[in-house]
Amino acid sequence: MKAKQKKNIPKRSFIKDVKKNRTLLLMLLVPVSMTILFCYIPMPGVIIAFKKYNYMDGIFGSPWVGLENFQYLLISKKLWQLTRNTLLYNIVFIFFGTVTEVAFAIILNEMMHLKFKKIAQSFMFLPHFISWVVVATIMLNIFGDHGVLNQIMNSLGLENYNIYAYENAKSWPIVMVALKIWKSTGYGSVVYLAAIVGINPEINEAAKIDGANIWQRIWNITIPCLKPTIIIMTLLAVGGIFRGDFGMFYQLVKGQHLLETSDVLDTYIYRVMMSSSNMGWSAAAGLYQSVLCFITINTVNFIVKKVDPDYSLY
Amino acid sequence: MNNKKAGSKIKSSWDTKLFNIIGYTLVAFFSLSCIIPFYLVLTGSFTDEKWILTKGYSFWLTRESFSLEGYKTVFRTPQTILSAYGVTVFVTVVGTVLAILLVTMTGYVLSRQDFPWKNGFSFFFFFTTLFSGGLVPWYLLCTQYLHFKNHLFALIIPGAFSVWNMIVAKSFMKGIPNELVESAKIDGAGDFLIYYRIMMPLSKPMIATLSLFTALGYWNDWYNCMLFISDDRLYNLQYTLQNLLKSAEFITKIAYEQGRSVASVPSESMKLAMTVVAIGPIIMLYPFLQKYFVKGMTIGSVKG
Repeated sequence: MKAKQKKNIPKRSFIKDVKKNRTLLLMLLVPVSMTILFCYIPMPGVIIAFKKYNYMDGIFGSPWVGLENFQYLLISKKLWQLTRNTLLYNIVFIFFGTVTEVAFAIILNEMMHLKFKKIAQSFMFLPHFISWVVVATIMLNIFGDHGVLNQIMNSLGLENYNIYAYENAKSWPIVMVALKIWKSTGYGSVVYLAAIVGINPEINEAAKIDGANIWQRIWNITIPCLKPTIIIMTLLAVGGIFRGDFGMFYQLVKGQHLLETSDVLDTYIYRVMMSSSNMGWSAAAGLYQSVLCFITINTVNFIVKKVDPDYSLY
Repeated sequence: MNNKKAGSKIKSSWDTKLFNIIGYTLVAFFSLSCIIPFYLVLTGSFTDEKWILTKGYSFWLTRESFSLEGYKTVFRTPQTILSAYGVTVFVTVVGTVLAILLVTMTGYVLSRQDFPWKNGFSFFFFFTTLFSGGLVPWYLLCTQYLHFKNHLFALIIPGAFSVWNMIVAKSFMKGIPNELVESAKIDGAGDFLIYYRIMMPLSKPMIATLSLFTALGYWNDWYNCMLFISDDRLYNLQYTLQNLLKSAEFITKIAYEQGRSVASVPSESMKLAMTVVAIGPIIMLYPFLQKYFVKGMTIGSVKG
């Protein structure tokens, strides 16, 4: 990106350039038109957030209502609840996700038993490759009325535990975090494993000769060497902190009464849009989310650029 | 643990032992917790419905608890499941081929050093990952203006062009020596021929990985189906499974189609049988494809 081509022949005409690159431009035709159609054309559609949308009048014909949609979201405390849930879930996901990923990467790297390591790794990757729909079945299989959990509870002489019941809404955050870690740790650790493999083995050898034990080597060599990777991965994850994992929350949470602790921006936007009670609320929440995402990702990119320009997004 | 100075052999080996015990236990525990749910789904799908309702799922299948009733119910009226399979396979194959073509073509053009507008176009694509109009305008565009409702296009087109995959393709192709392009040009090859005969064959590892991820995305997709499809002949596998889990409606429909009472449909084991049918191909292919998935992670981390 840095070296702009200035050595070119002084007189470059636009038409000549187009002619010369016509094949390349033609190859871009479909992707560019798709991007314009699906990404750029909907952008002016954010004005729905300031309108009372109805299907008869369409996007441009519907009457303006100013900030009414946002006011509704504010007064009904929805915006606060959704932002809080989205943020808290993501913060916890990022924190525990990073810790488990780094820990497993370190352990896997130190493993001498290669066959065991390989089998364990392929088991750990597996949850990454299934959809949240399948995870929902698995959850039913474990937490359902006849599920494994209740069987264990029964055999211990305890009462049935119904996680879908209202009084247990509080335990949802824990279940969510556990499932998220279950699904993404195995695969997420690959990045850190690759970074550990890249550490110069001579450092470790030297430390060994100097008498450092395995804990000291991990604490004083591996983790400091991983620091840049950890920081960058965390910052990148922080860039998407206002984006909830729609698939997860939509598929796993069953029942209106659980929404207090498990409704995130994405699920609210979808639900309100589909119930078509008021498109404006949904669009307002969507615009709010888009703007927040835009701000965070730019801030994060700014910080990443300061830390290590090689990793910056743009 | 800070200042244990004396690095005697006995001590360090004792530490390693402790580390190994903790490490192996953690890894064993976690990897078992990853695989056991799948095993439970599998055994559950072969368990007799009455057994599930009275005694619950059991870890081991016995002769008394074994039953194929779940699978029989899924396949007794095969239209539902076969059409769902058909839709998923068609969408996965067509979508992956289309996506790879679009992504590699764009990546190729933007990786060309002599393309005068490469920075402009790169930003044009990249900006869409930074800001979007949100779900509502996009949904209205697709349904009200493009009439995506109940069309297979709706399952293929939205996921066909991924900017992230394009960036991966671009940075991979940037790693291919530019001299190859130059010499091909001197030999009189056109831009498309260079893409097709030089860049594509050299990008095989990247294409393999991206294809796998794209195919997996299409296979696991239920979101687009949920948004755009209401005709049950066009439901894909995941969405069929979701409906089966979500509503008693589906059970009623099965009961009606098969001419039996709702109560007699083995709903629990059928759900699990359906899940096995939906993830079967992934699990079967998984051992062979795993190394590409792992490679993908490192290819993806190359920045362009």
